[in-house]
Amino acid sequence: MPRRKIREHDAKKMLAKNLHSYGYPLALDVSLVDEKTDMDKLAKEKPWLKTKKLVVKPDQLIGKKGKNNLILLKAGFDEAKKFIKENMGKTIDVSGVKGALTHFIIEPFVEHDNEYFLAILSQREQDMILFSEKGGVDVEDHWDDVIQIPIPIDANREKIDIGNKLKGISGEQKEKLVLFVRALYNYYVDFGCTYLEMNPLTFDKNDEIVPLGLVCEVDDCEHFKCESKWNGLEFPQPFGRKMYPEEKFVMELDDKTGASLKLTILNPDGKIWILVAGGGASVIYADTVVDLGYGKELGNYGEYSGDPNEEETYQYAKTVIDLATRNPTQLSQDDNVQLTTEKVVNAHYFPQKIIVPIVRKHPNNREHETGNRILLIGGGVANFTNVANTFKGIIRALREAKEKLHKNKMQIYVRRGGPNFEEGLNMMKKLGNEIEIPIEVYGPEANMTKIVDLAIKKLNGGTNAK
Amino acid sequence: MQNDYQLFTKDTQSFIYNLKPAPIQRMLDFDHICKREKPSIAGVIQPGSHGFHKAFFGTKEILIPIYSSISHASSNHPQTDVLINFASFRSAFSSSKEALNSKTINTIAIIAEGMPERETRELITLAKKNKKVVIGPATVGGITAGAFRIGNTAGTIENIISCKLYRPGSVGFVSKSGGLTNEMCNVLARTTDGVYEAIAIGGDSYPGSTMLEHMLRFEQNPEIKMIVGLGELGGNEEYGIIEAKKKGKIKKPVIMWVSGTCAKIFQGEVQFGHAGAKTGKQQESADAKNKALKDAGVIVPNSFEDFDKVIAKTFVSLKLPIKQEPEVPKLPMDYDAAVKKGIIRKTTNFISTISDDRGDEPHYNGIPMSKLIEDDYSIGDVIALLWLKKKLPKYASKFIEICIVIAADHGPAVSGAHNAIVAARAGKDTVSSLCSGLLTIGPRFGGAIDDAAKYFKQACDSEISPEQFVTDMKRKGVNIPGIGHRIKSAKNPDKRVELLKVYAKKNFKDTKYLNYALAVEAETLKKADNLILNVDGCIGVLFIDLFSSCGEFSKEEVNEMVDIGYLNGVFVLARSIGIMGHVFDQKRLKQPLYRHPWDDILFLK
Repeated sequence: MPRRKIREHDAKKMLAKNLHSYGYPLALDVSLVDEKTDMDKLAKEKPWLKTKKLVVKPDQLIGKKGKNNLILLKAGFDEAKKFIKENMGKTIDVSGVKGALTHFIIEPFVEHDNEYFLAILSQREQDMILFSEKGGVDVEDHWDDVIQIPIPIDANREKIDIGNKLKGISGEQKEKLVLFVRALYNYYVDFGCTYLEMNPLTFDKNDEIVPLGLVCEVDDCEHFKCESKWNGLEFPQPFGRKMYPEEKFVMELDDKTGASLKLTILNPDGKIWILVAGGGASVIYADTVVDLGYGKELGNYGEYSGDPNEEETYQYAKTVIDLATRNPTQLSQDDNVQLTTEKVVNAHYFPQKIIVPIVRKHPNNREHETGNRILLIGGGVANFTNVANTFKGIIRALREAKEKLHKNKMQIYVRRGGPNFEEGLNMMKKLGNEIEIPIEVYGPEANMTKIVDLAIKKLNGGTNAK
Repeated sequence: MQNDYQLFTKDTQSFIYNLKPAPIQRMLDFDHICKREKPSIAGVIQPGSHGFHKAFFGTKEILIPIYSSISHASSNHPQTDVLINFASFRSAFSSSKEALNSKTINTIAIIAEGMPERETRELITLAKKNKKVVIGPATVGGITAGAFRIGNTAGTIENIISCKLYRPGSVGFVSKSGGLTNEMCNVLARTTDGVYEAIAIGGDSYPGSTMLEHMLRFEQNPEIKMIVGLGELGGNEEYGIIEAKKKGKIKKPVIMWVSGTCAKIFQGEVQFGHAGAKTGKQQESADAKNKALKDAGVIVPNSFEDFDKVIAKTFVSLKLPIKQEPEVPKLPMDYDAAVKKGIIRKTTNFISTISDDRGDEPHYNGIPMSKLIEDDYSIGDVIALLWLKKKLPKYASKFIEICIVIAADHGPAVSGAHNAIVAARAGKDTVSSLCSGLLTIGPRFGGAIDDAAKYFKQACDSEISPEQFVTDMKRKGVNIPGIGHRIKSAKNPDKRVELLKVYAKKNFKDTKYLNYALAVEAETLKKADNLILNVDGCIGVLFIDLFSSCGEFSKEEVNEMVDIGYLNGVFVLARSIGIMGHVFDQKRLKQPLYRHPWDDILFLK
């Protein structure tokens, strides 16, 4: 579902390898360097690294590289090597997001005069080709000069009029560009792209087109059609993304099952923790906590759905309960946790995908207060999920955490409907008596978010009220 | 007659693309509680298949035709204008496209999640061109109360009844999420006279039809008095609704909430297109949309928690006349569900006591498969478990195996092997060839074990002297089963019988019946040299000795075993091994059809 950004190196390599079959041969020298790369060995494989002047920049989905002084221009091989050595592993701050540099792209430096802007993007009923003669870092300042060429989705791709619409370019360069754009658009469609931006795009001294900067996004739902074309294409994690071990654990759990299990820690020190079923419902629970003014107290966002079995629900609930009852100073964030795939908070509900730099608050902004924590076991009226069955996993986790729950003076609120909800709710009530933890239980007769309201009233009336 | 603004009425019929028995039954159950005359499903389309699908329509079963193509289905049911597409994300596009190009199908619902954006966008364009409606992809569908249900929308039948979806209310509802549609049906049943129609447009970036398009239909429908929507952050859809509200295209009260207000505490950016897309993130946030909706005259609560309150308040202000409630319908309970609840019972038609394949692993006579393997159960042990329902002592299981080894084959010339060879050479398969061989087993070939056991046992138990027994049989004109051999004789003894006798004498606690049979043999040998105790007879009496002396069985049980025919079973089982060997042998040798030579047949007039 989500659109995935790919590395500039991969985008350029894929483009150069395939564009000729759309009628425009494009030769690009490009190389990717990571922590393990032996630069001298690489130079033997790619002699141009030593014969041409080079451009080096990080290749980690970082925007505004120029503005952040992250580009080395017109460098010799040794200079490039030194630059990479100095910067590899270095932590930098890009618009408030901190992260380590791990990947660099190296390309030949291209002497050029004009910088153009060329992009293709997808809209509901059409694709749009954008072109501007005023490309480069400041293209947004000249947005009115951008030419828009809409292409209806069912248009005959052979008959698209590009030549008459391009302005600010002429002669042989224009002829080449028209051919190039036509080929590029066909490539865009066939390779499952949802966004392609060349900024700047220029002509070298032989009048050959060179995309100096390339941003490419693909629709990962096209995987079943484009698998062989993409040829093992990777979707790197957004720059600066790190995870808590608990989040990684849940993500791995999620990967193993057909069900959906999601966890994002928002505030390890928060008082309100949610254990909610359903992609849509979970967002509304989090919303309501925020809307009622207690967003800062929300410990986590997460959801379980798609009928997880008892064991999976247990593992998931155990993780959330553990976080909710932990002394926050124990919560360590493992910087070494590497993501293999991009983390999507809630694909159904945030189709545009949200980047979530984790809020790293601790050491605490305030003294840690034990007790008066709240766990919301919520959910809408389920369609077919057996409520009693999923509750069995949660109950097992709660029973095991009895002592920790007491220590934190945990108050639990439950709201759920759907198949076998009566049995599930009764089990929860009994559990409350058994482990002597206050558990208030509501069914579909109560508003879904009633328990959020109750929880916040409880917080206000408690001894640690603000 | 159906109006443009109505996608579904009480007469709407649909095709189901891909045979999905559960949603089909759920739709038909909904039909029943809505008292529909005709089922809402006219046919199932299953490429490469045809025939009928059986399902309940109320208490009766109906047959729904299965077609192999959309065109075939449409030409047989030209009145059917809805297609519910359960095809996977890989194939939903081509089938949906075909449906949008058909003359008679006007509305399609696409359930699959994960359809590529470009495919959806192509379908959107095609639907617009052909003036058709696409609901989805990535949706549960929707429901028109009292009229038509798409697939699984609104969950269980109990939920549908508690939400009064079996009769129309006055509220049109539309959202992205299918799960929340169910929740909102509950809210609307609590706070209003219920849902008229609820549509879930699906969670993709480009839903086939938008919230606005459905709201515009709701506006035109005089039965709908108010409109409720549940939006979400991202995209610009809600601004279309705002525009329509401002321009007066929607005059009915609209109550909306846009979820995703929590996104702001995620402290991250919501990522859209790119520089070129110029998306202006702020206006796509839930807060901005809620505010803009409110400014345009849409009723917006302060939070989801107040959603039900403003809905109730708005509904009361409409002062609608109270409709008479129809009787709450009942759906016959499924047999399986009733059994699970413990409210019905029935007598069973079959009983099984030897094995059970329910649960994690199969059991033989109560012993789980894993134990059989761990404890090294032999074939003899397994036969004892499944035939005799006992774990026999090792020497007894071993005896069963010896019998199988001994009786497994007796060359190609005996009738069983011969028949199987002829059948195999006629090109018959393994089972047929084996059966043709097995069918020769009977009173003259291999089937004497049971009878031998029976006669010897009877005589021995009645304490008739062997001499008397032989005389009695002669008088009755019955050949003694288990006595006599066509080739073997006292001077040329059957090695197999010798081996059995040695084993039994050494291992059995008692060989009373063998001793009796040998005494009988001594009598018959006086008459002819080949009237020996043959292998059938020997196996027969030894089994009786074994059963009687091993301490596991009562006298009655031993008698019953002889009557039931266990002992011939040993021969059938053993000889199947040999017969199959002959069948495979012939096939391996590529032997041609056998034709018996004329010169071996005496032709007579």
